[in-house]
Amino acid sequence: MNVIEIKSLTKIYNGGEVKVKAVNGIDINFKQGEFTAVVGPSGSGKTTFLNMLGGLDRPTSGEVIIGGVNVWGLSSRQLIDFRMNNIGFVFQSYNLIPVLTAGENVEFIMQLQGKPKKERDLRTKELLEAVGIGDRIKSRPSKLSGGQQQRVAVARALASKPEFILADEPTANLDSSSTTSLLELMSQMNKKFNTTFIFATHDQRVMDKARRIVTIEDGKILSDEYFDRE
Amino acid sequence: MLFSISWRNIWRNKVRSLVIIFSITLGIFAGVISSAFFKGMAIQRIQKVIKTELSYIQIHNPGFEQTSDFTNFIINAEGITQSIRKIPNVTGASRRMSIQSMAASAETASGVLISGVFPEEEKQVTNISTKIIDGKYFEGIKRNPVVIGKKLAEKLNVKVRSKIVITIQDLDNNITSGAFRVAGIYSTDNNMFDEANIYVRFSDIQKLTGFPINGAHEIAINISDNKELPIILDKVKDLTNNNLDVKSWKELSPEMNYLTEAMDMYMYIFIVIILLALLFGIINTMLMVVMERTKEIGMLMAIGMNKTKVFGMIVLESVLLSLTGGVIGVVIGAISAKYGETHPIDLSMWAQGYQQLGYDAFVYTVLDPEMLVNITILVIITGVIAAIYPAYKALRNDPADALRIE
Repeated sequence: MNVIEIKSLTKIYNGGEVKVKAVNGIDINFKQGEFTAVVGPSGSGKTTFLNMLGGLDRPTSGEVIIGGVNVWGLSSRQLIDFRMNNIGFVFQSYNLIPVLTAGENVEFIMQLQGKPKKERDLRTKELLEAVGIGDRIKSRPSKLSGGQQQRVAVARALASKPEFILADEPTANLDSSSTTSLLELMSQMNKKFNTTFIFATHDQRVMDKARRIVTIEDGKILSDEYFDRE
Repeated sequence: MLFSISWRNIWRNKVRSLVIIFSITLGIFAGVISSAFFKGMAIQRIQKVIKTELSYIQIHNPGFEQTSDFTNFIINAEGITQSIRKIPNVTGASRRMSIQSMAASAETASGVLISGVFPEEEKQVTNISTKIIDGKYFEGIKRNPVVIGKKLAEKLNVKVRSKIVITIQDLDNNITSGAFRVAGIYSTDNNMFDEANIYVRFSDIQKLTGFPINGAHEIAINISDNKELPIILDKVKDLTNNNLDVKSWKELSPEMNYLTEAMDMYMYIFIVIILLALLFGIINTMLMVVMERTKEIGMLMAIGMNKTKVFGMIVLESVLLSLTGGVIGVVIGAISAKYGETHPIDLSMWAQGYQQLGYDAFVYTVLDPEMLVNITILVIITGVIAAIYPAYKALRNDPADALRIE
């Protein structure tokens, strides 16, 4: 079953007299539980594509339908709520709230959702243990390594029980061993929670782990391949 | 958690936050202590006017206040005074004869208001007897003693036992004079009052003018507590069957009544000016905060924090920042003002100027809890106003653009 349906998605940036088509009429669907890498060189349009998919960047034309809802037909308030309840984000530079502890960062989104304290505490603990840093629940991000911060970011992304997680270059700031363990972790989470993961990346290690690779260049899909991984 | 985030955010840049907190503390402290000082000054002035000049309640025959007509007097003043003394919480009632006249020494003359009083009755109503700085209050001089103010004594160049001549109109409108000797010289810290008011015995002036012994131009009443004033005022009015003018000090001297209100209003204006100055500092700080955290705010909006919550977070941060400084300022100000209630502020260096205006040179501060609450509310409002523009700037951020910031 398709979780995400994308129809003729186009984004044109107006840079003065020059119009740049960052995404040029993409049609693609994603199924529940996919582990997909959207790859392409810098400037190929993968981040713009991901932002439109995640309800952050309004497309010039086209539709993004998630779970039957036309995302860009929602009001801005509905869109924020939709993002909160359906989409998890993992960013390149972690983007944790520096004044909150690891646990509070994970709990924060559940609080925005209005979940009761008991449920929040339980899920926070469970998620941090699942990403392997249960013992750092009370540590502030500044006391964590890059890899640990990104694990917190993954836990945070999973906290709201989203339909899918969008990860934009999640390994770009990580060393080799942190990248390997983070990818392993996300793969586990994908299998454990059956959550759809979509990465924008040009990291070969991510591509090696992905079961589907969509290649974008000049805003168009060049290839869309499936791989059988263990 | 919004509260927790906002509070912790304040301390991300400790130096910057402490600078703005310190400025708010200083501003609010200045506001609180000035307010307590001026309120104390006003209350002392009112108390002085009541105790020295007015008393709490005065009774006159209708029309006397406007004309000061010597022949317009209360007929059965003695009987009324005795009845008034029986009213609960009345601590004294004094009959007075009140005449505009001329007092002359060997050297010069001056226009004065003579109060013919019964010294023992007057002691229970006003405190002139305690303000004697030379001689005694109607003692030491057997015939026609007079108590005059220091300023008048200087003007007439007289001292204790000096003779002064008082010229007045009697009941038949004839000009008559009497020689009096200075028994005591008083000083009330109000030079204008001291220069214009002299006290003689009722019996002495009565003989000189042929004024009826049971009559009086004025009955002055002292009470135990200002809070009892409305009740006692009503009882006195009932007692006189509403045939006489019965007025409280608030009606007799409306400017005194408005003094505290006016002082309060000036202080609020002063505090609002302080807060306005601080407002720009807080806006500047909050703008820096928002600009530094553009990416973070973008991320919060991306993961699902709606605009109301982002706005609330920034407003809360601004309010907490303002309130921290405000509360410290209010507390230090309140402690200082409380200390000043028993340890007066010494303004004796400028005593002459203050006394010309009728104010004390030693000012006891008066702490007004209502003002503290109002100042705290004003600080909160300042915090909210200061956050509006920075929060508006934050809300204009596009999450996708904000997240692209390196």
